[in-house]
Amino acid sequence: MTKKVLLGNEAIARGAFEAGCHVATAYPGTPSTEILEAIAYNHKNIKAQWSPNEKVALEVAAGASVAGARTLAAMKHVGLNVAADPLFTFSYTGVNAGLVIINADDPGAWSSQNEQDNRHIARAAKVPMIEPSDPAEAKEFTKIAFDISEEFDVPVIVRITTRIAHSQGLVELEDPKEVPVKDFVRNPKKFVMIPAHARPRHQYKESTQIPALREYSNNSGINRIEMAGTKRGIITDSVAYQYVKETCPEDSVLKIGMVYPMPDEMVKEFASKVDEIYIVEELEPFIEDHVKALGIKVTGGKNIVPSVLELTPEIVDQALNGTAPKRNIADYDAAKIPPRPPGLCKGCPHGFVFNVLKKLDLHVNGDIGCYTLGVLPPYSAMHTQGCMGASIGMHLGMEKAHGPEIARKSVAVIGDSTFVHSGITSLIDMVYNKGTGTVLILDNRVTAMTGQQENPSTGKTLMGEETHELDLAMMSKACGVKRVVTVDPKDIEEFERVVKEETAAEEPSVIISLRRCILHK
Amino acid sequence: MNVIFAGVGGQGVILASKVLMEVAKSADYDVKESEVHGMAQRGGSVDCHVRFSEKVYSPLIEKGTADYIVSLEILEVMRKLDYLAPTGTLIVNRFQVNPAPVETGAMEYPGDLEEWLNTNSENLQVVETEDILKEVKSRKALNIVMLGVLSNHLEFTEQQWEDAIKSLVKEKFIEMNLKAFSLGRALK
Repeated sequence: MTKKVLLGNEAIARGAFEAGCHVATAYPGTPSTEILEAIAYNHKNIKAQWSPNEKVALEVAAGASVAGARTLAAMKHVGLNVAADPLFTFSYTGVNAGLVIINADDPGAWSSQNEQDNRHIARAAKVPMIEPSDPAEAKEFTKIAFDISEEFDVPVIVRITTRIAHSQGLVELEDPKEVPVKDFVRNPKKFVMIPAHARPRHQYKESTQIPALREYSNNSGINRIEMAGTKRGIITDSVAYQYVKETCPEDSVLKIGMVYPMPDEMVKEFASKVDEIYIVEELEPFIEDHVKALGIKVTGGKNIVPSVLELTPEIVDQALNGTAPKRNIADYDAAKIPPRPPGLCKGCPHGFVFNVLKKLDLHVNGDIGCYTLGVLPPYSAMHTQGCMGASIGMHLGMEKAHGPEIARKSVAVIGDSTFVHSGITSLIDMVYNKGTGTVLILDNRVTAMTGQQENPSTGKTLMGEETHELDLAMMSKACGVKRVVTVDPKDIEEFERVVKEETAAEEPSVIISLRRCILHK
Repeated sequence: MNVIFAGVGGQGVILASKVLMEVAKSADYDVKESEVHGMAQRGGSVDCHVRFSEKVYSPLIEKGTADYIVSLEILEVMRKLDYLAPTGTLIVNRFQVNPAPVETGAMEYPGDLEEWLNTNSENLQVVETEDILKEVKSRKALNIVMLGVLSNHLEFTEQQWEDAIKSLVKEKFIEMNLKAFSLGRALK
């Protein structure tokens, strides 16, 4: 058996390959990006693509699955919000060939705008969710997910976190399974969710599918009890399992591999074998709430384990054993250690843009990308930001609140990839609802923040093929914007003149700030 | 065995950790590593935790238990001292990379780091790598030079290190990196 050191994300790509996956889709987002890159680079027999956003990625994946291909869709936690609409209904329709969604949460918000816990989404969407605890399991669970999906006729979410995605470990390489693409069979009662079809599908889910999945959760071995001492039993999932094994070797453990549906019978059995139940999980008390609802007393849960930021071995050691980490060298005055805050690269085109926006003292509605760093010194020139595409909608909202005069003192700032992801509909809204604002599309010819990915406006696919290059100026005009100007931000005087002129104009305008990312080859 | 590699984005901390993992794997150890991507690419601090043993659970090293902290830049070791085990060793490259607040004049690069480390650490090796980097004509080899220094402290053979390097660096850079490794290994 060959073993290889793989990143969690590479292990997932390998798992998809070994499972005979045919199609893979995603929109890049840390910490999930390397999954599709590893598929495209290492497993070229899988048709892999970047979609414009996660909703489209999941819809393409669902289409491929319904048509008979084993399919994987990967996204970060907030990406699953974008894809929630298809998720909640494809949960009812189910699949033809396996449909696996890789969801990467980011406890600690290392590179995200929030720390949402997507275990809640599995329960809300009634979609089974499994959670590997290291790269070896990430590969194994990806394969199992395809089987669960086909056995129970439902999409399956594999939830990883940053600490799974971006950690490396030994993974056994096995041969890929040969899976033929099945035929597409018309079945509108299953695949067309008019109310008359949706109600029985939901009924089926409640009466048959979820009970069967719960039985699987109890009996398949994906959840397991590891008995040691009987004084304390710890229920844990994901990477927290590793911290528990490391710091509490004398305690018994119920390792949760399938977190939805939870293995109720197994939880009860485990509780009956130990004196006290403890629960160690990152973020929300998801397992804890469920265990308590079964009428089981939880001695230690979120009363001792934090529900913000990611866990570490020392946090678990301290919470469970009262052992505080020891400092083994003298203290050096921390105030004397200069930080290395993330910043724009030297010569970054966004730097020219933010110098001008700061000079003109405009209200800047920002968006998601490298350019969000415009909020930090030396620019300090961003005043709102929340999610992919929000800049343009918020910009219009400000005008609705205060009238057109505020639009003369404001701009929306959005990158090329983010504009394609979810800025276009907002631009349509701005024109449709008579906004007069100025939108700056920072076109650096690449999806930069996540590490230089192609997107529909770069003219290349994930597989490196030439394709149609979406013309952002023409797109803006098609949305109804009459004033569309393209300008190089490095031409500082001209750039400033254009920004002044366009913000002064009492009609909607788009400035395409065009300069290639300096890291882009 | 718990090893932390610390440095600044672009110094090759992740490759250093990959080589060590490959070496440990070749000696039949279980091995895990953890790293932070994303914002770290843009001039930030980067660190990797590497652990190898018969069986490894946590990919993260618990504070107070690092056997070695290998820092490719002298300021970066200061952020990791919490992790040092009672008998742990610091291996530090004397080289400085100015953080943004130093570049803008908002803060000073502390001038007393080496002196402080000499006074306060029991197991310390501060190395000067500039001559080696000039000799191999590549600043990118710093990570491999530091592995050469680390290799004197670990149980693996020179052959195991060389095989791991060969398996992970591009063909045309192998010779240069092997030289960098052996010059690092000669630093005592």
